[in-house]
Amino acid sequence: MGLFLHQVLAGIATGGIYACMGLAVVMIYQAIDHLNFAQGEMAMFSTFVAWQLIQWGAPYWVAFLATVAISFAAGVAIDRIVFKPIHGAPVLSHVVVFIAMLSIFNSGAGYIWDYQIKTFPSPFGTGDLFGQNLVSRHDAGMIAVTLMMLMGLYFFFRHTRIGLAMRAAAASPDSARLAGIRVGWMVALGWGMAAAIGAIAGMMIAPVVFLEPNMMVSILLYGFAGAVLGGLTSPGGAVLGGFSVGVIENLAATYIPGAGRELKLTIALFIIVAVLIFKPSGLFGRPVVSRV
Amino acid sequence: MTALIETRGLCAFYGDVQVLFGLDLAVEEGGITALLGANGAGKTTTLRALCGMVRMRGDIRFAGQSIAGQATETIVRRGIAHVPEGRGTFSRQTVEENLQIGAMTRRDRAGIADDIECVYGYFPRLKERRHQQAGTLSGGEQQMLAVGRAMMLRPRLMLLDEPSFGLAPMVVEEMFGIFGTLNRRERMSMLIVEQNAALALALAGSAYLIETGSLVMAGSARDVGSDENIRRSYLGY
Amino acid sequence: MHSPDMPRSASLDADARSPAVASLTAWHVLALVGGLIVIAGLPFVVKNFFVFQITLAVIYAIAILGLNLLTGVNGQFSLGHSAFYAIGAYTAAIMMNADIGYGWTLPAAGLACFISGFLFGLPALRLEGIYLALATFALAVATPQLLKVNFLEDWTGGVQGISIIKPDAPFGLPLNADQWLYFFTIAVAALLYLGAANLVKSRTGRALVAIRDHPVAASAMGINVPLYKSLIFGVSALYTGVAGALGAIAIQFVAPDSFTFTLAIALFVGLVVGGVGSIPGTLFGGAFVLFVPNIAEKVSKGLAGAVYGVILILLIYLMPTGVAGLVRWTTGMLGRRAVAREANPETKPDTKTSAELARLEGDKSGVQAR
Repeated sequence: MGLFLHQVLAGIATGGIYACMGLAVVMIYQAIDHLNFAQGEMAMFSTFVAWQLIQWGAPYWVAFLATVAISFAAGVAIDRIVFKPIHGAPVLSHVVVFIAMLSIFNSGAGYIWDYQIKTFPSPFGTGDLFGQNLVSRHDAGMIAVTLMMLMGLYFFFRHTRIGLAMRAAAASPDSARLAGIRVGWMVALGWGMAAAIGAIAGMMIAPVVFLEPNMMVSILLYGFAGAVLGGLTSPGGAVLGGFSVGVIENLAATYIPGAGRELKLTIALFIIVAVLIFKPSGLFGRPVVSRV
Repeated sequence: MTALIETRGLCAFYGDVQVLFGLDLAVEEGGITALLGANGAGKTTTLRALCGMVRMRGDIRFAGQSIAGQATETIVRRGIAHVPEGRGTFSRQTVEENLQIGAMTRRDRAGIADDIECVYGYFPRLKERRHQQAGTLSGGEQQMLAVGRAMMLRPRLMLLDEPSFGLAPMVVEEMFGIFGTLNRRERMSMLIVEQNAALALALAGSAYLIETGSLVMAGSARDVGSDENIRRSYLGY
Repeated sequence: MHSPDMPRSASLDADARSPAVASLTAWHVLALVGGLIVIAGLPFVVKNFFVFQITLAVIYAIAILGLNLLTGVNGQFSLGHSAFYAIGAYTAAIMMNADIGYGWTLPAAGLACFISGFLFGLPALRLEGIYLALATFALAVATPQLLKVNFLEDWTGGVQGISIIKPDAPFGLPLNADQWLYFFTIAVAALLYLGAANLVKSRTGRALVAIRDHPVAASAMGINVPLYKSLIFGVSALYTGVAGALGAIAIQFVAPDSFTFTLAIALFVGLVVGGVGSIPGTLFGGAFVLFVPNIAEKVSKGLAGAVYGVILILLIYLMPTGVAGLVRWTTGMLGRRAVAREANPETKPDTKTSAELARLEGDKSGVQAR
């Protein structure tokens, strides 16, 4: 029983990473109805920017806020500059551009900052929470930040006018235009927010997995898995999904024989696929009702 | 009476295909104008052209100012509400959220709240379903919601694209009655596109007939409605 | 931007009916003959390594063709075809290791992949658009890990993989191994491409396209949608699997890390760049997948990925519907000018009948009404 509890908690701790990433993924999906495959690399790049600022002597929270602001602006810029010209292109072409951005950010980060692993500081300090051997201070802090972002987003989308405008623009751009909503700028705003959340996710994750250009590759996949498991229409679901993926992965590795470290990811993925098959909109997503 | 909106030489294109060939039409301030024609004549395209949703050429003036070539959002903000074919419902949002979306360009919170109640006054069935996901509403209810959403803009001009489409006759009668009321009480000018000619002519003050992208007749609703050819081709008697 | 839907512009048999093609047939024959000469003569005038590269490009083209049948023709979004490529490759490697002739590896790989593709297609029926993409992507990510797993090691050779020997030309033909494999691959490719073209033009092909564009309407017209979707998954996997087998023979080596999701993404990129839904486009896609990463690396070693990304973005800007889309647009422009010239001067060339207007207007609303 002790092992089980420990694995569950450890799973929740790693799940915090996936939850954070999943939140950024769902954020942009809600804004533009596409999955941004370059999300992880953008987050990684932002984290490097923060690292650089810290190297240049900035205090942690200054670097943190500056990075979030820069990432927001960069997200808006990327949408307006890179994605505007292909506005009418088919979906698959958009996916290729996402892949291209992935490649550019990954390669760019490696070129500017090289591939050696770097350490990234945690603002929560090292050591375990309250000295107990259950969860580390950083993990607890990371979970807290994720939940705070989630609550902030929830409030933003459900209770502000601009949040509603964004939702409308994503749901039905033509109808939104007919309501006078400037759809183009709503999408850009979504991009900015997603980039900012991604930056926060990256800065939370880096202390755990260490900073290097390929750090986000598998984490993004876990983030997708969590988002899908929870339901792509639900930021809360994405967070819960992320935690669940962490727990499932850990428990599977512990209890399923033959599943070494190599197969952890595979098992988690297949479990998610199984969930999808039985409940495509995810565990917490709202099934989309559409009249034929 | 002055024209609230008028076009001169309006042409519209889907890609390289031209579908409207030089339309000259006008809607008078405070009036209701019907745009009649068979399926595929170009009625919907005309409304889309007025809202900047299709590639167009020619002149469009709203309240004396040219709006040709402007973005849809900008045109809408000038005070034109378009209830599109297909209703344009935000299915994943609730009924009330749909109405709030309609008011997105306004800043007066009290006014918006009042207007929502006003819409519910016209459409009590919407009030019953105010927290329901809009996609689950019936066709008639979605049409009411679309009109309600347009009303939230407090527009000077409302464009209605086939409001009777797919609705039961009783619902249609109710709806057209409300259009009349809106026109009289809220001083809302309207341009109604309809295949159901009899219905539109009973409500409208003036009418246009469009065939394969060109206007073939224009005049008062009474004149158009009593025309021999119109009666035979579009009114069935 | 709206919910994921497939490009509707890929009208596969439109070219056959457009009047522009009739007047180009003479050019077609000339191009065909010229092409055959080039293909036949190539291995004897260029370096062996280049022959090897062309062979690989064709192999990738076949793999992309498989993906195209699934995604382009039938609208099922797959980011996991590297898995089928791997299955094909390993089938070939294992068989050749057991001294079975390489000729048998292709049908075996095809069969193995058809079955696995069909089996994967069954649960995939419940997934749409982005969910299917993620599920297939999961498959791609899982594949290398599964190949490394302990209890399969006796067959798969584990992390080390399996080495094979490239077969020599049969009947003592005066060709070296690379040249023979080149011709062998071209022959297989010709067969497979003909098969694909036939499939697309047939009733089955039209049913698949109907399922892509309007699944509900297709089903209402009596098309057995689940069966078709699963079968085409199988066929698509078959094509990519055969490509995988050929690839294994060409490279003479299979190992788990040769078949990561990077390959799946590369195939997908090749598909889009060539033109989704276009069969000839896959040839360009195959060449792109092989040569462009190398070019990118030559431009800048440290920023190879960035250069590759920039090239991709530029290509999408210039040709959002791929090379095939560009060709279609160009021939369309030429064709329309020819028609306009021939048209009766009294009729307006661009007038549409009411029926066509209705269709155009209907496309914007109608069935998609929310």
